[in-house]
Amino acid sequence: MTALALYVRGTSPVHRSPAGLKLLALAGLSVLLFAVPTVPVAAGALAAVLAVGVVAARLPVALLARQVRAVWVWLVALAVVTAIVGGVASAALVTLRLLALVLAAAVVTATSRVSELVAVVERLCAPLRLVGVRPARIGLLIALTLRFIPLVAERADRVREAQAARGGTVRGVRALVTLVVPLLVQVLQLAHTTAEALDARGADDDEARSGRMRG
Amino acid sequence: MRRRRPGPRAEPAADPARGIELRGVGHSYGERTVLAGLDLQLTEHRIGVIGANGSGKSTFARLLNGLVQPSAGQVLVDGLDTATQLRAVRRRVGFVFQDPDAQIVHPTVAEDVAYGLENQGVPPAERAERVAAVLERYGLAGHADHPAHLLSGGQKQLLAIAGVLVMRPARIVFDEPTTLLDLVNARRVAQVVAELQQQVVVVTHQLDLLDGFDRVLVVDCGRVVADDAPAPAVAAYLALMAGR
Ligand SMILES: Nc1ncnc2c1ncn2[C@@H]1O[C@H](COP(=O)(O)OP(=O)(O)O)[C@@H](O)[C@H]1O
Ligand SMILES: [Mg+2]
Repeated sequence: MTALALYVRGTSPVHRSPAGLKLLALAGLSVLLFAVPTVPVAAGALAAVLAVGVVAARLPVALLARQVRAVWVWLVALAVVTAIVGGVASAALVTLRLLALVLAAAVVTATSRVSELVAVVERLCAPLRLVGVRPARIGLLIALTLRFIPLVAERADRVREAQAARGGTVRGVRALVTLVVPLLVQVLQLAHTTAEALDARGADDDEARSGRMRG
Repeated sequence: MRRRRPGPRAEPAADPARGIELRGVGHSYGERTVLAGLDLQLTEHRIGVIGANGSGKSTFARLLNGLVQPSAGQVLVDGLDTATQLRAVRRRVGFVFQDPDAQIVHPTVAEDVAYGLENQGVPPAERAERVAAVLERYGLAGHADHPAHLLSGGQKQLLAIAGVLVMRPARIVFDEPTTLLDLVNARRVAQVVAELQQQVVVVTHQLDLLDGFDRVLVVDCGRVVADDAPAPAVAAYLALMAGR
């Protein structure tokens, strides 16, 4: 339903290692893949990612396959274009590299709780405090985004269904407008209540009271 | 934010015996007055609020924890003014909304429940313990790491209640907590509300939810037109609606 790999409960060493370390490894892997652009390195990286994900973390293969399916079109398009422009070897390199990165990201998100990842991001953003940015707010933003993607997708489905039930046809730009407008209204309403819910649950508790005023 | 001149004395200490007090409270959205002339002291354990759509119930409920500030008068919780001691008030008064989707802010169940505790700076070990306890209580323990969007409507509302309850507020305001739920889930939520030790103020259209309540307010056009035990208050409400 959603392209996001969410946490899969587990007790493997991969699950238990700190989220910061996993994010660091992910960053290191992408640097390596672009710094040493050869097929053996990309293939080796892909094999290593699969080993970590399937063997060490015991993630279901179906979950990883779902991640690949989500970017399938891009992979094929990229492979075709690169093959035409730069030949088969570079197409193989580009495809393997992207595949390795997509799966590595999936392994990291599936073995780390969102709150752990958010905490790492908050720590990384801590220096921004000096320029008046609140790291906790950035973390909340990420969590909210992850929370709302499936919710908005679901609401969009419901709007589409409601329109179909009343004989609406889903074609062309007009159909898009008729979908987007009611969806936007719903999402704004939702956002308003969510803002209130955040207030009610003490979102402002850890800092000086904001000058915000409602009603 | 409305600022009061600091008084000669220090901030008044909280006095739980005073409950929730409204003194000459009114509220307007722009030109439009939606609540007027409210003078109430709410000390009972279970208080219901009923009234037609648009009568001002939600605005009333939001006044009680400072989500809405009164345009006139004062709202005091345990003697603390919602205008000047907002944070202390919010810690005392939890709020549960009608649409559970809008109040779940984290992608997975346990993380969402922990959210309010993080805001309060509760240490991680205690946080985990309290979250686990409240999930257990609402039959959500098996769903701790599940994506919240995969829960049923009733489970989502229980999750929303769990997220508020884990913060241990002394009072909880509910704004139509069962309106979007089916009969079984509504009954489950009603039962959860009935079992709460905290003071509860419940806005509802579901009149059977008010069984066993101590006091029911009937709101009409921004005024409290009846304030009584459930049976006479509901009768007054039905009579009022029959005339429309
Ligand atoms: N944020 C707002 N801005 C302007 N008008 C509002 C707002 N919220 C509610 N109202 C209006 O105030 C009146 C009372 O609303 P509300 O308190 O939500 O009533 P109830 O919950 O009983 O349906 C309604 O007429 C509504 O349209
Ligand atoms: Mg309402």
